[in-house]
Amino acid sequence: MTHPKRLVLALLPCVLLILAAACGGGGSSNSNNGGGSTVQNTLPVSVNSGISTQFAYTNGIFVSVVVCQPGTNNCVTVPNVLLDTGSTGLRLLSGTVSGIGLTTVATGSQTLTNCVQYLDNSYDWGPVATADIKLAGEVASSVPIQIIAEPGDVFPAAPSSCGGTAINTTDLFGANGILGVSFYQQDCGSACVPGTTSNGGSYYSCSTSACTLTTASLSQQLQNPIGMFSSDNNGLMLTLPTIGAGGAVSANGTLAFGVDTQSDNALGSAFVLLPNAFGNFSTTFKSTTTNVGFIDSGSSALFFLTNASTGLAGCTTFTGFYCPSSTQSLTATNQGANGGTSTVPFSVANGDNLLNSNNDVFSNLAGTGDDTTNNPPFTYFDWGLPFFFGRSVFVVLEGQSAGSQAGPYWAY
Amino acid sequence: MQRSRIAGFDFGLAGMGVLVVVLGFSSATFAVLGGKVASVAADQSRMKASLKVTSNGLFQVHELQTDTGNVVREFVSPDGTVFGVAWTGNQMPDYSQLLGRYTDAINKAAQSRKEHRAPLTIQQPGFVFSAFGHMRFFTGRAYIPGLVPAGVTVEEIR
Repeated sequence: MTHPKRLVLALLPCVLLILAAACGGGGSSNSNNGGGSTVQNTLPVSVNSGISTQFAYTNGIFVSVVVCQPGTNNCVTVPNVLLDTGSTGLRLLSGTVSGIGLTTVATGSQTLTNCVQYLDNSYDWGPVATADIKLAGEVASSVPIQIIAEPGDVFPAAPSSCGGTAINTTDLFGANGILGVSFYQQDCGSACVPGTTSNGGSYYSCSTSACTLTTASLSQQLQNPIGMFSSDNNGLMLTLPTIGAGGAVSANGTLAFGVDTQSDNALGSAFVLLPNAFGNFSTTFKSTTTNVGFIDSGSSALFFLTNASTGLAGCTTFTGFYCPSSTQSLTATNQGANGGTSTVPFSVANGDNLLNSNNDVFSNLAGTGDDTTNNPPFTYFDWGLPFFFGRSVFVVLEGQSAGSQAGPYWAY
Repeated sequence: MQRSRIAGFDFGLAGMGVLVVVLGFSSATFAVLGGKVASVAADQSRMKASLKVTSNGLFQVHELQTDTGNVVREFVSPDGTVFGVAWTGNQMPDYSQLLGRYTDAINKAAQSRKEHRAPLTIQQPGFVFSAFGHMRFFTGRAYIPGLVPAGVTVEEIR
Protein backbone atom coordinates (compact mmCIF):
# COMPACT_ATOMS: atom_id res chain seq x y z
CA MET A 1 0.00 0.00 0.00
CA THR A 2 1.19 3.46 -0.77
CA HIS A 3 0.17 6.73 0.68
CA PRO A 4 -1.25 8.95 -2.01
CA LYS A 5 -1.70 11.94 0.19
CA ARG A 6 0.82 13.72 2.29
CA LEU A 7 -0.57 14.44 5.63
CA VAL A 8 -0.26 17.83 7.15
CA LEU A 9 -0.38 17.36 10.86
CA ALA A 10 -2.33 20.07 12.51
CA LEU A 11 -0.52 21.35 15.50
CA LEU A 12 -3.37 23.00 17.24
CA PRO A 13 -4.85 20.49 19.61
CA CYS A 14 -8.46 19.59 19.13
CA VAL A 15 -8.39 20.57 15.50
CA LEU A 16 -9.13 17.98 12.90
CA LEU A 17 -5.83 16.51 11.93
CA ILE A 18 -6.55 15.53 8.44
CA LEU A 19 -7.55 17.93 5.78
CA ALA A 20 -8.05 15.59 2.87
CA ALA A 21 -11.15 16.31 0.88
CA ALA A 22 -14.18 14.11 0.58
CA CYS A 23 -13.52 11.78 3.39
CA GLY A 24 -15.29 8.52 3.67
CA GLY A 25 -14.31 6.88 0.44
CA GLY A 26 -12.50 3.61 0.52
CA GLY A 27 -13.35 2.84 4.06
CA SER A 28 -15.51 0.21 5.48
CA SER A 29 -17.39 0.12 8.68
CA ASN A 30 -19.26 -2.35 10.72
CA SER A 31 -22.52 -1.50 12.31
CA ASN A 32 -22.61 -1.83 16.03
CA ASN A 33 -23.73 -5.09 17.36
CA GLY A 34 -27.12 -5.28 18.96
CA GLY A 35 -27.01 -5.66 22.69
CA GLY A 36 -26.95 -9.17 24.01
CA SER A 37 -26.31 -11.01 20.82
CA THR A 38 -23.07 -12.81 20.11
CA VAL A 39 -20.52 -10.57 18.46
CA GLN A 40 -18.43 -11.79 15.55
CA ASN A 41 -15.13 -11.97 17.39
CA THR A 42 -12.59 -13.42 14.98
CA LEU A 43 -10.23 -11.66 12.64
CA PRO A 44 -8.04 -13.34 10.01
CA VAL A 45 -4.29 -12.90 10.43
CA SER A 46 -1.58 -13.50 7.86
CA VAL A 47 2.08 -14.26 8.35
CA ASN A 48 4.08 -13.10 5.35
CA SER A 49 6.94 -10.96 4.07
CA GLY A 50 5.30 -7.60 4.62
CA ILE A 51 4.94 -4.64 2.29
CA SER A 52 8.37 -3.04 2.12
CA THR A 53 9.87 -2.75 -1.34
CA GLN A 54 13.29 -2.87 0.35
CA PHE A 55 13.22 -6.07 2.36
CA ALA A 56 11.28 -9.22 3.09
CA TYR A 57 9.95 -9.35 6.62
CA THR A 58 10.71 -12.61 8.40
CA ASN A 59 7.76 -14.00 10.34
CA GLY A 60 5.81 -10.78 10.10
CA ILE A 61 2.26 -11.24 11.37
CA PHE A 62 -0.34 -8.83 10.03
CA VAL A 63 -3.98 -7.86 10.46
CA SER A 64 -6.34 -5.29 8.94
CA VAL A 65 -7.65 -2.58 11.24
CA VAL A 66 -10.70 -0.37 10.61
CA VAL A 67 -10.12 3.13 11.97
CA CYS A 68 -12.88 5.71 12.16
CA GLN A 69 -13.42 9.30 13.11
CA PRO A 70 -15.02 8.83 16.52
CA GLY A 71 -18.76 8.40 16.48
CA THR A 72 -19.03 8.42 12.70
CA ASN A 73 -18.97 6.01 9.81
CA ASN A 74 -16.09 7.94 8.32
CA CYS A 75 -13.66 5.05 8.35
CA VAL A 76 -10.69 3.59 6.56
CA THR A 77 -9.42 0.03 6.49
CA VAL A 78 -5.70 -0.11 7.11
CA PRO A 79 -4.26 -3.46 6.02
CA ASN A 80 -0.87 -4.93 6.84
CA VAL A 81 -0.64 -3.79 10.43
CA LEU A 82 1.80 -5.80 12.56
CA LEU A 83 0.17 -7.70 15.40
CA ASP A 84 2.37 -7.42 18.49
CA THR A 85 1.72 -9.19 21.79
CA GLY A 86 4.87 -7.51 23.15
CA SER A 87 3.61 -3.91 23.15
CA THR A 88 0.45 -1.91 23.70
CA GLY A 89 -1.24 0.61 21.44
CA LEU A 90 -2.18 1.17 17.83
CA ARG A 91 0.40 3.09 15.84
CA LEU A 92 -0.26 3.95 12.20
CA LEU A 93 1.78 5.78 9.59
CA SER A 94 0.12 9.14 9.03
CA GLY A 95 -0.61 8.52 5.37
CA THR A 96 -2.81 5.54 6.14
CA VAL A 97 -5.40 7.67 7.91
CA SER A 98 -5.05 10.85 5.87
CA GLY A 99 -8.49 10.22 4.38
CA ILE A 100 -10.40 10.60 7.61
CA GLY A 101 -10.50 13.29 10.20
CA LEU A 102 -8.83 12.44 13.46
CA THR A 103 -8.47 14.83 16.34
CA THR A 104 -5.27 15.18 18.30
CA VAL A 105 -5.19 14.94 22.07
CA ALA A 106 -4.28 18.14 23.90
CA THR A 107 -1.92 18.51 26.80
CA GLY A 108 -2.41 22.02 28.08
CA SER A 109 -2.44 24.17 24.98
CA GLN A 110 -0.13 21.85 23.10
CA THR A 111 -0.29 18.48 21.35
CA LEU A 112 0.27 15.26 23.26
CA THR A 113 2.89 13.30 21.36
CA ASN A 114 4.08 9.73 21.76
CA CYS A 115 7.50 8.21 21.36
CA VAL A 116 7.98 4.47 21.27
CA GLN A 117 11.56 3.29 21.42
CA TYR A 118 12.94 0.04 20.14
CA LEU A 119 16.00 -1.69 21.50
CA ASP A 120 18.25 -0.52 18.68
CA ASN A 121 17.42 3.15 19.36
CA SER A 122 14.99 3.28 16.45
CA TYR A 123 11.63 4.84 17.19
CA ASP A 124 8.14 5.82 16.10
CA TRP A 125 7.22 9.42 16.77
CA GLY A 126 4.05 11.39 16.31
CA PRO A 127 0.96 12.94 17.87
CA VAL A 128 -1.69 11.11 19.85
CA ALA A 129 -5.14 11.23 18.25
CA THR A 130 -8.42 9.57 19.14
CA ALA A 131 -10.17 7.10 16.85
CA ASP A 132 -12.78 4.40 16.93
CA ILE A 133 -11.16 1.05 16.23
CA LYS A 134 -13.15 -1.81 14.70
CA LEU A 135 -11.73 -5.32 14.74
CA ALA A 136 -14.04 -8.06 13.49
CA GLY A 137 -17.41 -7.18 15.06
CA GLU A 138 -15.82 -5.53 18.07
CA VAL A 139 -15.66 -1.76 18.52
CA ALA A 140 -13.42 0.31 20.79
CA SER A 141 -14.55 3.94 20.91
CA SER A 142 -12.40 7.05 21.16
CA VAL A 143 -9.13 5.21 21.60
CA PRO A 144 -5.89 7.19 21.85
CA ILE A 145 -3.62 6.03 19.04
CA GLN A 146 -0.30 7.26 17.68
CA ILE A 147 -0.15 8.88 14.25
CA ILE A 148 3.43 8.19 13.14
CA ALA A 149 4.78 11.33 11.50
CA GLU A 150 6.10 10.55 8.03
CA PRO A 151 8.83 12.41 6.14
CA GLY A 152 7.31 15.62 4.84
CA ASP A 153 4.69 15.90 7.53
CA VAL A 154 4.63 19.28 9.21
CA PHE A 155 5.49 18.27 12.73
CA PRO A 156 8.45 18.92 15.04
CA ALA A 157 11.29 16.45 14.70
CA ALA A 158 11.75 13.87 17.42
CA PRO A 159 14.22 14.95 20.09
CA SER A 160 17.38 12.88 20.48
CA SER A 161 15.99 11.45 23.72
CA CYS A 162 13.34 9.64 21.64
CA GLY A 163 15.90 7.79 19.57
CA GLY A 164 18.26 7.86 16.64
CA THR A 165 16.57 6.13 13.71
CA ALA A 166 13.02 6.95 12.65
CA ILE A 167 10.88 4.09 11.39
CA ASN A 168 8.44 6.26 9.52
CA THR A 169 7.75 4.81 6.07
CA THR A 170 6.26 1.56 4.79
CA ASP A 171 9.62 0.71 3.27
CA LEU A 172 11.36 1.07 6.61
CA PHE A 173 8.55 -0.49 8.63
CA GLY A 174 7.54 -3.28 6.28
CA ALA A 175 4.02 -2.53 7.52
CA ASN A 176 1.47 0.27 7.76
CA GLY A 177 1.73 0.31 11.50
CA ILE A 178 1.65 -1.86 14.58
CA LEU A 179 -1.22 -3.04 16.77
CA GLY A 180 0.05 -3.69 20.28
CA VAL A 181 -2.16 -6.09 22.23
CA SER A 182 0.01 -7.04 25.19
CA PHE A 183 -1.59 -7.76 28.55
CA TYR A 184 -0.96 -4.18 29.63
CA GLN A 185 -3.89 -1.84 29.05
CA GLN A 186 -1.66 1.23 28.46
CA ASP A 187 1.70 1.52 26.76
CA CYS A 188 3.45 3.22 29.69
CA GLY A 189 1.12 2.94 32.66
CA SER A 190 1.77 4.47 36.06
CA ALA A 191 5.38 5.40 35.23
CA CYS A 192 4.17 8.25 32.99
CA VAL A 193 1.25 9.70 34.93
CA PRO A 194 1.17 13.20 36.46
CA GLY A 195 2.91 13.24 39.82
CA THR A 196 5.89 11.18 38.79
CA THR A 197 9.02 13.25 38.96
CA SER A 198 10.96 11.37 36.34
CA ASN A 199 9.74 10.39 32.95
CA GLY A 200 11.33 7.81 30.73
CA GLY A 201 10.35 9.48 27.53
CA SER A 202 7.08 8.03 26.21
CA TYR A 203 5.14 11.30 26.13
CA TYR A 204 5.99 14.80 24.97
CA SER A 205 4.17 18.08 24.75
CA CYS A 206 4.67 19.70 21.34
CA SER A 207 4.16 23.25 20.14
CA THR A 208 4.48 24.03 16.45
CA SER A 209 8.22 24.05 16.78
CA ALA A 210 9.44 22.21 19.86
CA CYS A 211 8.63 19.38 22.21
CA THR A 212 9.32 18.76 25.87
CA LEU A 213 8.88 15.70 28.03
CA THR A 214 5.53 15.49 29.74
CA THR A 215 3.29 13.13 31.65
CA ALA A 216 0.02 11.60 30.49
CA SER A 217 -2.85 10.23 32.52
CA LEU A 218 -3.71 6.57 32.10
CA SER A 219 -6.73 7.47 29.98
CA GLN A 220 -4.67 9.75 27.74
CA GLN A 221 -2.08 7.07 27.03
CA LEU A 222 -2.16 4.66 24.11
CA GLN A 223 -4.48 1.79 24.89
CA ASN A 224 -4.94 -1.84 24.10
CA PRO A 225 -8.22 -1.56 22.16
CA ILE A 226 -9.34 -5.00 23.31
CA GLY A 227 -9.79 -3.72 26.86
CA MET A 228 -12.12 -1.02 25.50
CA PHE A 229 -14.47 -3.37 23.67
CA SER A 230 -17.95 -3.68 25.13
CA SER A 231 -17.72 -7.47 24.94
CA ASP A 232 -14.95 -10.05 24.57
CA ASN A 233 -12.74 -7.49 26.25
CA ASN A 234 -10.65 -9.63 28.59
CA GLY A 235 -8.01 -10.76 26.12
CA LEU A 236 -7.28 -12.67 22.97
CA MET A 237 -6.57 -16.08 21.53
CA LEU A 238 -4.16 -16.25 18.60
CA THR A 239 -4.10 -19.48 16.59
CA LEU A 240 -1.55 -20.21 13.88
CA PRO A 241 -1.06 -23.39 11.85
CA THR A 242 1.84 -25.79 11.95
CA ILE A 243 4.66 -24.88 9.53
CA GLY A 244 6.76 -27.45 7.73
CA ALA A 245 10.46 -27.88 8.39
CA GLY A 246 11.52 -25.83 5.37
CA GLY A 247 9.17 -22.96 6.11
CA ALA A 248 6.41 -21.42 4.04
CA VAL A 249 5.81 -18.37 1.87
CA SER A 250 2.88 -17.36 4.02
CA ALA A 251 0.45 -18.74 6.57
CA ASN A 252 -3.05 -17.84 7.68
CA GLY A 253 -4.40 -17.90 11.19
CA THR A 254 -7.11 -16.51 13.42
CA LEU A 255 -7.20 -13.87 16.11
CA ALA A 256 -10.18 -14.37 18.43
CA PHE A 257 -11.13 -11.63 20.87
CA GLY A 258 -12.06 -12.59 24.40
CA VAL A 259 -10.95 -15.57 26.43
CA ASP A 260 -13.61 -18.00 27.60
CA THR A 261 -16.32 -15.59 26.45
CA GLN A 262 -17.58 -17.53 23.44
CA SER A 263 -17.47 -21.07 22.14
CA ASP A 264 -14.53 -20.23 19.89
CA ASN A 265 -12.12 -18.93 22.53
CA ALA A 266 -12.34 -21.51 25.30
CA LEU A 267 -9.36 -21.58 27.65
CA GLY A 268 -9.89 -25.27 28.29
CA SER A 269 -6.91 -26.96 29.87
CA ALA A 270 -4.36 -24.47 28.59
CA PHE A 271 -1.28 -23.97 30.77
CA VAL A 272 -1.58 -20.66 32.62
CA LEU A 273 1.59 -18.63 32.99
CA LEU A 274 1.51 -15.66 35.34
CA PRO A 275 4.11 -12.92 34.89
CA ASN A 276 6.20 -11.42 37.65
CA ALA A 277 6.22 -7.68 38.39
CA PHE A 278 8.33 -7.07 35.29
CA GLY A 279 6.03 -8.93 32.91
CA ASN A 280 8.26 -11.99 32.66
CA PHE A 281 8.37 -15.64 33.72
CA SER A 282 11.22 -18.06 34.22
CA THR A 283 12.53 -20.32 31.49
CA THR A 284 15.04 -23.11 31.91
CA PHE A 285 17.08 -24.32 28.98
CA LYS A 286 19.42 -27.18 29.78
CA SER A 287 21.09 -26.05 33.00
CA THR A 288 20.48 -22.33 32.58
CA THR A 289 17.48 -20.58 34.08
CA THR A 290 16.51 -17.02 33.29
CA ASN A 291 13.82 -15.02 35.02
CA VAL A 292 13.35 -13.00 31.83
CA GLY A 293 11.16 -15.26 29.74
CA PHE A 294 8.45 -13.67 27.63
CA ILE A 295 6.14 -14.39 24.70
CA ASP A 296 6.24 -11.88 21.85
CA SER A 297 4.56 -12.21 18.46
CA GLY A 298 6.58 -9.21 17.33
CA SER A 299 9.88 -11.08 17.59
CA SER A 300 10.71 -12.86 14.35
CA ALA A 301 12.53 -15.77 15.96
CA LEU A 302 13.21 -17.49 19.25
CA PHE A 303 16.05 -15.57 20.86
CA PHE A 304 17.99 -17.10 23.73
CA LEU A 305 21.44 -17.48 25.26
CA THR A 306 24.62 -17.64 23.21
CA ASN A 307 26.51 -20.00 20.93
CA ALA A 308 28.79 -21.03 23.77
CA SER A 309 26.04 -21.66 26.28
CA THR A 310 23.77 -23.56 23.87
CA GLY A 311 26.42 -25.41 21.90
CA LEU A 312 24.67 -24.27 18.73
CA ALA A 313 26.81 -22.93 15.88
CA GLY A 314 26.24 -19.42 14.65
CA CYS A 315 25.27 -18.50 11.09
CA THR A 316 27.85 -17.04 8.76
CA THR A 317 25.55 -15.08 6.45
CA PHE A 318 22.76 -14.13 8.82
CA THR A 319 24.93 -13.52 11.83
CA GLY A 320 23.21 -13.71 15.16
CA PHE A 321 21.01 -16.63 14.15
CA TYR A 322 21.76 -20.24 15.00
CA CYS A 323 23.03 -22.51 12.25
CA PRO A 324 23.29 -26.10 13.48
CA SER A 325 24.45 -28.50 10.76
CA SER A 326 21.35 -30.58 11.36
CA THR A 327 18.05 -29.53 12.86
CA GLN A 328 18.10 -29.80 16.65
CA SER A 329 15.06 -30.94 18.63
CA LEU A 330 15.19 -29.15 21.97
CA THR A 331 13.02 -28.31 24.94
CA ALA A 332 12.76 -25.47 27.43
CA THR A 333 10.64 -25.30 30.54
CA ASN A 334 8.50 -22.33 31.53
CA GLN A 335 7.37 -21.56 35.05
CA GLY A 336 5.20 -18.65 36.03
CA ALA A 337 4.63 -16.81 39.27
CA ASN A 338 1.76 -19.24 39.93
CA GLY A 339 4.06 -22.25 39.95
CA GLY A 340 3.60 -25.27 37.75
CA THR A 341 5.88 -26.00 34.85
CA SER A 342 5.41 -26.51 31.14
CA THR A 343 8.07 -28.11 28.99
CA VAL A 344 7.91 -26.79 25.45
CA PRO A 345 9.50 -28.70 22.58
CA PHE A 346 10.95 -26.67 19.72
CA SER A 347 13.29 -27.11 16.79
CA VAL A 348 16.23 -25.05 15.66
CA ALA A 349 17.13 -25.41 11.98
CA ASN A 350 19.99 -23.88 10.02
CA GLY A 351 19.20 -20.17 9.89
CA ASP A 352 21.27 -19.49 6.78
CA ASN A 353 19.45 -22.24 4.87
CA LEU A 354 16.07 -20.95 5.99
CA LEU A 355 16.74 -17.30 5.32
CA ASN A 356 18.40 -17.96 1.96
CA SER A 357 15.27 -19.73 0.76
CA ASN A 358 12.27 -18.05 -0.83
CA ASN A 359 10.22 -18.64 2.29
CA ASP A 360 9.53 -16.04 4.96
CA VAL A 361 7.59 -18.01 7.55
CA PHE A 362 9.51 -20.34 9.88
CA SER A 363 8.70 -22.26 13.03
CA ASN A 364 12.30 -23.32 13.61
CA LEU A 365 14.27 -20.08 13.35
CA ALA A 366 16.26 -19.08 16.41
CA GLY A 367 18.98 -16.64 17.31
CA THR A 368 21.37 -15.71 20.05
CA GLY A 369 20.34 -13.45 22.84
CA ASP A 370 23.48 -11.91 24.25
CA ASP A 371 26.98 -10.71 23.59
CA THR A 372 29.47 -13.54 23.74
CA THR A 373 31.68 -11.89 26.35
CA ASN A 374 29.11 -12.70 28.98
CA ASN A 375 29.56 -16.01 30.72
CA PRO A 376 27.09 -16.94 32.04
CA PRO A 377 25.05 -14.72 29.75
CA PHE A 378 23.05 -11.70 30.72
CA THR A 379 20.31 -13.98 29.70
CA TYR A 380 16.73 -14.12 28.57
CA PHE A 381 14.39 -16.31 26.53
CA ASP A 382 12.23 -14.54 23.95
CA TRP A 383 9.51 -16.87 22.69
CA GLY A 384 8.98 -15.10 19.38
CA LEU A 385 6.57 -15.94 16.60
CA PRO A 386 7.89 -19.48 15.98
CA PHE A 387 6.39 -20.38 19.37
CA PHE A 388 2.90 -19.49 18.11
CA PHE A 389 2.83 -21.97 15.21
CA GLY A 390 0.74 -25.06 15.75
CA ARG A 391 -0.97 -23.84 18.92
CA SER A 392 -3.35 -21.31 20.39
CA VAL A 393 -1.81 -18.67 22.63
CA PHE A 394 -3.99 -16.70 25.03
CA VAL A 395 -3.29 -13.24 26.45
CA VAL A 396 -5.48 -12.10 29.35
CA LEU A 397 -5.33 -8.40 30.16
CA GLU A 398 -4.50 -6.76 33.45
CA GLY A 399 -7.65 -5.78 35.31
CA GLN A 400 -9.59 -8.59 33.61
CA SER A 401 -9.96 -12.27 34.30
CA ALA A 402 -10.70 -15.49 32.49
CA GLY A 403 -11.14 -19.02 33.73
CA SER A 404 -11.38 -17.74 37.34
CA GLN A 405 -7.81 -16.45 37.07
CA ALA A 406 -7.14 -12.71 37.21
CA GLY A 407 -4.92 -11.24 34.53
CA PRO A 408 -2.42 -10.36 33.43
CA TYR A 409 -1.34 -13.74 32.19
CA TRP A 410 -0.44 -15.85 29.21
CA ALA A 411 -1.80 -19.31 28.52
CA TYR A 412 -1.18 -21.90 25.83
CA MET B 1 10.36 -8.01 -4.20
CA GLN B 2 14.01 -7.56 -3.52
CA ARG B 3 14.97 -10.22 -1.05
CA SER B 4 17.43 -8.29 0.94
CA ARG B 5 17.08 -9.67 4.38
CA ILE B 6 18.79 -8.24 7.35
CA ALA B 7 17.09 -9.65 10.34
CA GLY B 8 17.83 -10.10 13.95
CA PHE B 9 21.10 -9.16 15.45
CA ASP B 10 23.95 -7.34 13.91
CA PHE B 11 27.43 -8.44 14.71
CA GLY B 12 28.53 -7.16 11.32
CA LEU B 13 30.25 -4.05 12.49
CA ALA B 14 32.81 -6.03 14.43
CA GLY B 15 33.84 -7.74 11.23
CA MET B 16 34.48 -4.39 9.65
CA GLY B 17 37.20 -3.70 12.13
CA VAL B 18 35.70 -0.47 13.28
CA LEU B 19 38.10 1.30 15.55
CA VAL B 20 36.72 3.41 18.29
CA VAL B 21 39.32 5.73 19.67
CA VAL B 22 38.58 6.54 23.24
CA LEU B 23 39.06 10.19 24.00
CA GLY B 24 38.73 11.85 27.34
CA PHE B 25 35.54 13.84 27.69
CA SER B 26 36.11 17.34 28.89
CA SER B 27 32.44 18.16 29.20
CA ALA B 28 30.56 17.12 32.27
CA THR B 29 27.26 18.31 30.87
CA PHE B 30 26.82 15.40 28.57
CA ALA B 31 27.88 12.10 29.81
CA VAL B 32 28.94 9.36 30.11
CA LEU B 33 30.25 6.07 28.86
CA GLY B 34 33.96 6.72 28.49
CA GLY B 35 33.59 10.02 30.33
CA LYS B 36 34.63 11.11 33.77
CA VAL B 37 32.76 10.37 36.93
CA ALA B 38 31.60 13.98 37.12
CA SER B 39 29.31 13.24 34.21
CA VAL B 40 27.21 10.97 36.40
CA ALA B 41 25.77 14.13 37.92
CA ALA B 42 24.41 15.12 34.53
CA ASP B 43 22.66 11.80 34.25
CA GLN B 44 21.29 12.14 37.73
CA SER B 45 19.88 15.56 36.92
CA ARG B 46 18.43 14.45 33.63
CA MET B 47 16.82 11.36 35.15
CA LYS B 48 15.72 13.17 38.35
CA ALA B 49 17.15 10.13 40.10
CA SER B 50 18.54 9.29 43.49
CA LEU B 51 22.21 8.34 43.67
CA LYS B 52 23.89 5.62 45.70
CA VAL B 53 27.61 4.98 45.43
CA THR B 54 29.25 1.71 46.43
CA SER B 55 32.77 0.42 45.98
CA ASN B 56 34.37 -3.00 46.05
CA GLY B 57 37.96 -1.76 45.87
CA LEU B 58 38.30 -2.46 42.17
CA PHE B 59 35.65 -0.09 40.95
CA GLN B 60 32.80 2.13 42.09
CA VAL B 61 29.17 1.66 41.17
CA HIS B 62 27.10 4.83 40.92
CA GLU B 63 23.52 3.63 40.99
CA LEU B 64 20.82 6.00 39.80
CA GLN B 65 17.21 5.15 40.60
CA THR B 66 14.07 7.01 39.59
CA ASP B 67 10.75 7.13 41.40
CA THR B 68 9.27 5.20 38.50
CA GLY B 69 11.53 2.19 38.96
CA ASN B 70 14.24 2.75 36.39
CA VAL B 71 17.76 1.87 37.50
CA VAL B 72 21.03 2.84 35.80
CA ARG B 73 24.35 1.63 37.17
CA GLU B 74 27.52 3.39 36.07
CA PHE B 75 30.78 1.56 36.65
CA VAL B 76 33.71 3.83 37.44
CA SER B 77 37.35 2.83 37.41
CA PRO B 78 39.90 4.05 40.01
CA ASP B 79 41.03 6.80 37.65
CA GLY B 80 37.48 8.15 37.55
CA THR B 81 36.40 6.91 34.12
CA VAL B 82 33.00 5.41 33.42
CA PHE B 83 33.94 2.10 31.76
CA GLY B 84 30.54 0.46 31.72
CA VAL B 85 26.84 1.06 32.27
CA ALA B 86 23.92 -1.25 32.87
CA TRP B 87 20.21 -0.51 33.06
CA THR B 88 16.90 -2.10 33.98
CA GLY B 89 13.50 -0.54 34.06
CA ASN B 90 10.08 -0.09 32.60
CA GLN B 91 11.38 2.36 30.03
CA MET B 92 14.52 2.53 27.93
CA PRO B 93 17.23 4.90 29.05
CA ASP B 94 18.13 7.83 26.84
CA TYR B 95 20.97 6.17 24.93
CA SER B 96 22.28 9.47 23.61
CA GLN B 97 22.60 10.74 27.17
CA LEU B 98 23.97 7.57 28.70
CA LEU B 99 26.26 6.33 25.95
CA GLY B 100 27.22 9.63 24.34
CA ARG B 101 28.81 9.22 20.96
CA TYR B 102 28.83 5.46 21.24
CA THR B 103 25.16 5.77 20.36
CA ASP B 104 26.37 6.23 16.78
CA ALA B 105 27.34 2.55 16.64
CA ILE B 106 23.85 1.58 17.75
CA ASN B 107 22.25 3.84 15.17
CA LYS B 108 24.46 2.40 12.43
CA ALA B 109 23.42 -1.09 13.48
CA ALA B 110 19.77 -0.05 13.41
CA GLN B 111 20.13 1.37 9.93
CA SER B 112 21.71 -1.82 8.64
CA ARG B 113 18.90 -4.07 9.79
CA LYS B 114 15.21 -4.08 9.10
CA GLU B 115 13.30 -5.74 11.87
CA HIS B 116 13.72 -3.35 14.71
CA ARG B 117 11.63 -5.29 17.18
CA ALA B 118 14.47 -7.75 17.69
CA PRO B 119 17.01 -7.44 20.48
CA LEU B 120 20.38 -5.96 19.55
CA THR B 121 23.92 -6.99 20.32
CA ILE B 122 27.02 -5.15 19.15
CA GLN B 123 30.52 -6.43 19.65
CA GLN B 124 33.27 -4.17 18.45
CA PRO B 125 36.85 -3.92 19.70
CA GLY B 126 36.03 -0.65 21.39
CA PHE B 127 32.37 -1.07 22.30
CA VAL B 128 30.17 -3.93 23.49
CA PHE B 129 26.40 -3.45 23.76
CA SER B 130 23.54 -5.80 24.52
CA ALA B 131 19.91 -4.82 25.02
CA PHE B 132 16.72 -6.80 25.26
CA GLY B 133 13.23 -6.74 26.67
CA HIS B 134 9.79 -5.61 25.68
CA MET B 135 7.45 -2.73 26.38
CA ARG B 136 7.48 -2.05 30.16
CA PHE B 137 10.68 -4.05 30.66
CA PHE B 138 14.00 -3.00 29.20
CA THR B 139 17.44 -4.06 30.28
CA GLY B 140 20.92 -4.05 28.87
CA ARG B 141 24.54 -3.09 29.31
CA ALA B 142 27.37 -1.45 27.46
CA TYR B 143 31.06 -1.18 28.15
CA ILE B 144 34.40 -0.25 26.64
CA PRO B 145 36.68 -3.30 26.77
CA GLY B 146 39.87 -1.26 26.86
CA LEU B 147 38.74 0.69 29.91
CA VAL B 148 37.70 -2.24 32.10
CA PRO B 149 40.15 -2.20 35.04
CA ALA B 150 42.48 -5.14 35.58
CA GLY B 151 40.94 -7.82 37.75
CA VAL B 152 37.37 -6.93 36.80
CA THR B 153 35.32 -9.43 34.79
CA VAL B 154 32.76 -8.06 32.38
CA GLU B 155 30.06 -10.22 33.98
CA GLU B 156 30.19 -7.78 36.87
CA ILE B 157 28.77 -5.04 34.63
CA ARG B 158 25.13 -5.70 35.31
